[in-house]
Amino acid sequence: MLRTKPSRRDFLKSTGVLIVSFSLPSLSKTSFAQSGTPANTGTKTVALDDVDAFLAIDSSGGVTLYSGKVDLGTGIGTALTQIVAEELDVPLAGIQVVEGDTALTPAQGKTWGSLSIQNGGVQIRQAAATARLALLQEAAKRLGAPVEDLMVEQGTVRSRSGGKQITYGELIGGKTFSLNLDKQAPLKDPATYKIVGQPVPRFDIPGKMTGQFTYMQDFKVPGMLHGRVVRPAAIGATLLSVDENSVKDVPGLVKVVRQGNFLGVVAESEWGAIRASQKLKASWSNWEGLPEQSKLWEHVRATKVNKDDVTSNVGSAEQALQQAAKRLSATYNFAIHTHASMGPSCAVAEIKEGKLTCWSSSQATHDLRQQLAAMLSMPDADVRAIYLEGSGCYGRNGHEDAAADAVLLARAVERPVRVQWMRADEHGWDPKGPPTLMDLQAGLDANGNVIAWYSQLYVPEGATGNVKLVAAELAGLPHETGMVPGNLIQNTAIPYAFPNVRTVAHRLAETPLRPSWIRAPGRMQNTFCNESFMDELAAAVGADPLEFRLRYLNDPRGVELLKRLASFAQWQSRALSGQSSSGRSLPKRDSGDIATGRGLTYIKYELARTYVGAVADVEVNRKSGEIRVKHFAVVQDCGQIVNPDGVKNQIEGNVTQTVSRVLKEEVTFDRSRVTSLNWASYPILTFPEIPDVDIELIDRPSEKPWGAGEPSAAVVPSAISNAVFDAVGVRLRSVPFTSAKVLAAMQST
Amino acid sequence: MPTAIPLHVNGHATRLTVDDPDMPLLYALRDNLGLHGPRFGCGLGQCGSCTVHLDGRAVRSCVTPLSAVGKKKVVTLEGLGTIDKLHPVQKAFIEEQAAQCGYCINGMIMEAAAFLASNKSPSDARIKQALARNLCRCGTHLRIVRAIKRAGAGV
Repeated sequence: MLRTKPSRRDFLKSTGVLIVSFSLPSLSKTSFAQSGTPANTGTKTVALDDVDAFLAIDSSGGVTLYSGKVDLGTGIGTALTQIVAEELDVPLAGIQVVEGDTALTPAQGKTWGSLSIQNGGVQIRQAAATARLALLQEAAKRLGAPVEDLMVEQGTVRSRSGGKQITYGELIGGKTFSLNLDKQAPLKDPATYKIVGQPVPRFDIPGKMTGQFTYMQDFKVPGMLHGRVVRPAAIGATLLSVDENSVKDVPGLVKVVRQGNFLGVVAESEWGAIRASQKLKASWSNWEGLPEQSKLWEHVRATKVNKDDVTSNVGSAEQALQQAAKRLSATYNFAIHTHASMGPSCAVAEIKEGKLTCWSSSQATHDLRQQLAAMLSMPDADVRAIYLEGSGCYGRNGHEDAAADAVLLARAVERPVRVQWMRADEHGWDPKGPPTLMDLQAGLDANGNVIAWYSQLYVPEGATGNVKLVAAELAGLPHETGMVPGNLIQNTAIPYAFPNVRTVAHRLAETPLRPSWIRAPGRMQNTFCNESFMDELAAAVGADPLEFRLRYLNDPRGVELLKRLASFAQWQSRALSGQSSSGRSLPKRDSGDIATGRGLTYIKYELARTYVGAVADVEVNRKSGEIRVKHFAVVQDCGQIVNPDGVKNQIEGNVTQTVSRVLKEEVTFDRSRVTSLNWASYPILTFPEIPDVDIELIDRPSEKPWGAGEPSAAVVPSAISNAVFDAVGVRLRSVPFTSAKVLAAMQST
Repeated sequence: MPTAIPLHVNGHATRLTVDDPDMPLLYALRDNLGLHGPRFGCGLGQCGSCTVHLDGRAVRSCVTPLSAVGKKKVVTLEGLGTIDKLHPVQKAFIEEQAAQCGYCINGMIMEAAAFLASNKSPSDARIKQALARNLCRCGTHLRIVRAIKRAGAGV
């Protein structure tokens, strides 16, 4: 996808969003190569070690950034532009960004895991630094001045002592760098940054506010038809028969497409396709392969364990537990969640002269290209996958599946086809965040010191890779077979220095619904369990939850973060004199039926990067069991900050979205299919229910930039559960925290 | 049977030829007229992404049959304001950077513009109530409320 600044909007309009124009090479003699540009050869390098894969500069000095990382609605396009503008010393408005096009952008990996700046941006920065050095060396020759004497402003190079100047456009305009990315190329001193670290307004926002932005859902190609899918009545059902007469009256119907259990319709108009998909009579076999939802956790516990991943092992936790003066144990679980993007997944596919082009909102076009090629048994080289921004994407949702649907329909009708899923397709068939179960045990010595921590997680096996495509599986075409739930075992190991620790993940042979990653996958669930149980331990010894964490935290950056959180949130000790077997007695802060409480939580993301601490303020209605999350205070240290407003936007979003997940969300299913198919049966947080969020960012300009897209989501569930305990003295160990669960917990104490 | 239907959109009278007069207004706006503002979110009137104004009232175009529009004047996000001549609500949304993916924002702006037309300087609580039926998944709510409050103070 090509992004331009508002000032370049006319260019956008005139070219559509996909065609990048390149100026012809100039004739001036330079050391930059004159071949290899698209204008010359029709192909462009996308090699990760090649500067030309990332950057091009035209004769007017306009810079094009080619990014394998795509903007999923997070503002990363603007942030990456800031990095390039800073490192090259060119104006922000002079940079356009091409994202996620397998023919044009380097394969920088999936856009996931809060890595777009941390990995993608750092690669781009190094490419820009390499380019800058080469440009300065060329300028030195042309200006007859040593490189050290040169300075760059707004893409123009001149000597510090005055004299002649030359622009980037004159130096390289339209030619290639033909340079390997130089890991040693000097980077600018962060102390001199003018653009990185600034809250630069996002350049996609004006277009989005005025209906001028072209989302995937708005994209059209000439001769395009409209498709809709008709999914099986049960997940594993076989298609027995299709009555094509049932749709013969639908105006503009082009074809009913059937291949194995893949069923879809194609029509001239979108409404025609929708009507045909609703009217089409199909007969499916019965299938009842899902477990009973009311016995989900028994099912998870009874599922075959294929292997154990030991994620940390210090001392002997099992032995220490036996010797403990006091033992605590608890079981936590976290429901199945769906991505629930506001706009259903959408894609356009076109097959021309044996070559497939597919436009989608995939977070991983380079991987999707391989999957589509495999599905159609064609060479990767004959497939081009192009990213266009769609509705927000919080992990592997339905985008890739809609792409495969469009491809099969386009192939069947030999015309370009646009597919948009209906709401029930999205809620019913996007892959789900799998159910998560964790058993925790801890041992205390006679003085209240934690001497043992032992956790056992139950999650599906598999890690990262490509989630199988629904269409490929239904149609009986080549597809992946294993589960790909994401790296769910991250943050099972804990940041606290207990003498005996063992954390184990039991990897299950199956899980009820096709799994994938949803924002902070595993990190959220595991942090919920660990930080809630940590709070249980603090309560068991009558300690303040903050002070208790600091006792066991050796990481100076983590300690600083928690201390700043205490100050920022005006944390007051929850410590209680004396202790009872049921934990601390609760201070009375009730007003009528409403009890208020505060909960604190902490994460070092993946124990390797971004630090986040949060304090939640909640109200619990003792009568109804309803929880209102009133406020979140968040302190985050993600190293160098590229765009502080973008980071704050992500934190606000993480908190709000996760409060929704924690209070309300649970995918429901019967023995055959998902039954939470719209916003009535899968409600999310509404405006009157949102918390206020206050944020303090710890900026460390001279440190590496770390991810900000997910980490602050992971702290939300435990902050709320700990606050509910503070309010009413009960532990919520099962997400979502419904009123019924709150009431049940209060009645059982 | 193709049927011709007159429609007044963003200040212009137009005539559409459609197969089904009961087709929701949303598809006429998006597919027949090529507008991008109103968006398909649920097709059930539950999320608000498709919101347009009919004679100044915010309605869900995904569940409004074309045949029910009659002579009412339709205004979409494009008709509310443009980059060069922003509506105060659009301007406030840009100033507050009130979007992540922005897919729901059409509904937020259209709902807010209709609400502010008859509610000057509303409180946060009233703004939240006015938008209670508009859903956002990215969690941009706080910025949206701030933007509407800003627009409301200036309107």
